[in-house]
Amino acid sequence: MRKPQYSQAVCYSLFPDSVEWEGRSLLKALVKKSALCGEQVHVLGCEVSEEEFREGFDSSINNRLVYHDLFRDPLSWSKPGKALPGGPLEALRALDKRTGSGPATIALDSLSWLLHHLPCPILCQTLHALSRQDSCPGDTLPGEQVRVLGLLHEELHGPGPLGALSSLAQTEVTLSGTMGQASAHILYRRPRQRPTLQTQWFSILPDFSLELQVEPLLESQPPSDLHTPSVDPTTHLTFNLHLSKKEREAKDSLTLPFQFSSEKQQALLRPGLGQATSHIFYEPDAYDDLDQEDPDDDLDV
Amino acid sequence: MFPELNNLLNTTPEGAEQGKLTLLCDAKTDGSFLVHHFLSFYLKANCKVCFVALVQSFSHYNMVGQKLGVSLTTARERGQLVVLEGLKSAVDIFFRPQEEPHPLQFLREANAGDLQPLYAFVRDALEPVDCGEAAWRCPVLLVDDLSVLLSLGVGPVAVLDFVHYCRATVCREWKGNVVALVHDSGDAEDEESDVLLNGLSHQSHLILRAEGLATGFCKDVHGQLRILWRRPLQPTTPRDRSLTYQYKIQDKSVSFFAKGMSPAVL
Repeated sequence: MRKPQYSQAVCYSLFPDSVEWEGRSLLKALVKKSALCGEQVHVLGCEVSEEEFREGFDSSINNRLVYHDLFRDPLSWSKPGKALPGGPLEALRALDKRTGSGPATIALDSLSWLLHHLPCPILCQTLHALSRQDSCPGDTLPGEQVRVLGLLHEELHGPGPLGALSSLAQTEVTLSGTMGQASAHILYRRPRQRPTLQTQWFSILPDFSLELQVEPLLESQPPSDLHTPSVDPTTHLTFNLHLSKKEREAKDSLTLPFQFSSEKQQALLRPGLGQATSHIFYEPDAYDDLDQEDPDDDLDV
Repeated sequence: MFPELNNLLNTTPEGAEQGKLTLLCDAKTDGSFLVHHFLSFYLKANCKVCFVALVQSFSHYNMVGQKLGVSLTTARERGQLVVLEGLKSAVDIFFRPQEEPHPLQFLREANAGDLQPLYAFVRDALEPVDCGEAAWRCPVLLVDDLSVLLSLGVGPVAVLDFVHYCRATVCREWKGNVVALVHDSGDAEDEESDVLLNGLSHQSHLILRAEGLATGFCKDVHGQLRILWRRPLQPTTPRDRSLTYQYKIQDKSVSFFAKGMSPAVL
């Protein structure tokens, strides 16, 4: 998945995820990619501990990764306090100053946590300032851009805040999937151009490398065996549900009474051909009144 | 504890994992049997347990615990179990001087703020101390249940913050476990309950969801249990391994079987 490159240092990408399709592994994969490109990576970690976030990265990546810990004591409840000074808002604003010169990536894990603890307008303004790098107006080179990646849990917010954060983003990568295969619906908003939508199937390897894939065929994939082997319902029954080979053959060769085959059609069209004609033997009783007249004579048919 | 549930979760009291948040959730049924299971499980595993019991009285949990082979009274007396009996404490709070901190302090406030006093209670109850006494295996926090806090006026973000701090301290720092029950009201208009449930689901390592049958009440099948393993993130494992079983609650045990395979049906 290529990152959008702009001439301005404005690049904020939003990653809405859900309980079913979590986005942290993709965030970590992109963090790894940035670190391997030689960029400095700052992670504002609110939801997982630093050890858990760094898990799976080798030392070359961890050395380029600066973790700003808002997980341990974000609200200053602990004594002695282990909180970052100034609370979540100051921690977010401080990222602006820390990136320094050179390309950098800022990963916000997660925007949902920040949205729960900061008013939405202030968060939007701070995000906007963060990705604009107003400290060097008109002087930014393509190589000096700051990328901001924000993870967001869609189910936790109403349409208002979601829409606000979404409208600020140049790229929105919504995670979903089917049949155990993850996909990303990527919405690009380029300046002075129409937004484009693209779907990319992907998987993330154990070392958090990103592997792009083609769309899985819908009909050929049997559901992978996530469950225990399904129990055979025909065991422990008091009646027989199976058919032997002979019984199966007899069953297959049986014609059903209302099945209309060509033989039956012929037999009906030529009733007397090749079949024994049937006779009706009638012996009238003493009291029978045989009337030879045709009862339908008086009908004008 | 229910041995069949241990088999489904592939765990034993001796080999219980540490550092995990387990979310218990029920929808259209009563999931409290899961609370009783984990309470007796962790007591048998020789863990130090802090039980925030907001729904029933201590004697109720003790009675059920005895059917499952643990005595809560004995555990409390020897210091293994610390219980916050919500029903009793909620009344006590109004007859105490206001200066004394109380775990359910929010009940006195006009705007129920945060749950920092409750977190302080949990922290003090479970903080590992080195004083020569028998070392417990790991600290465990059990909450029955978090939805009650929403009903008492606490906001969902405040409850999420409380669980966040418990996770940071009990799970991460002390390598213990947190187990909490939340109700899924199923009401699309209950946004607070949805935010709490979804927020906790994102944080959890294991989710056990007890659901009533879609067809209604049944004498022989009391509900369906969905087990969802979420974290740690292992990118190669199938995304969110999930199992579904149906169950029947008996007097001293719960039996589990594959869907449609209740012994009463076969």
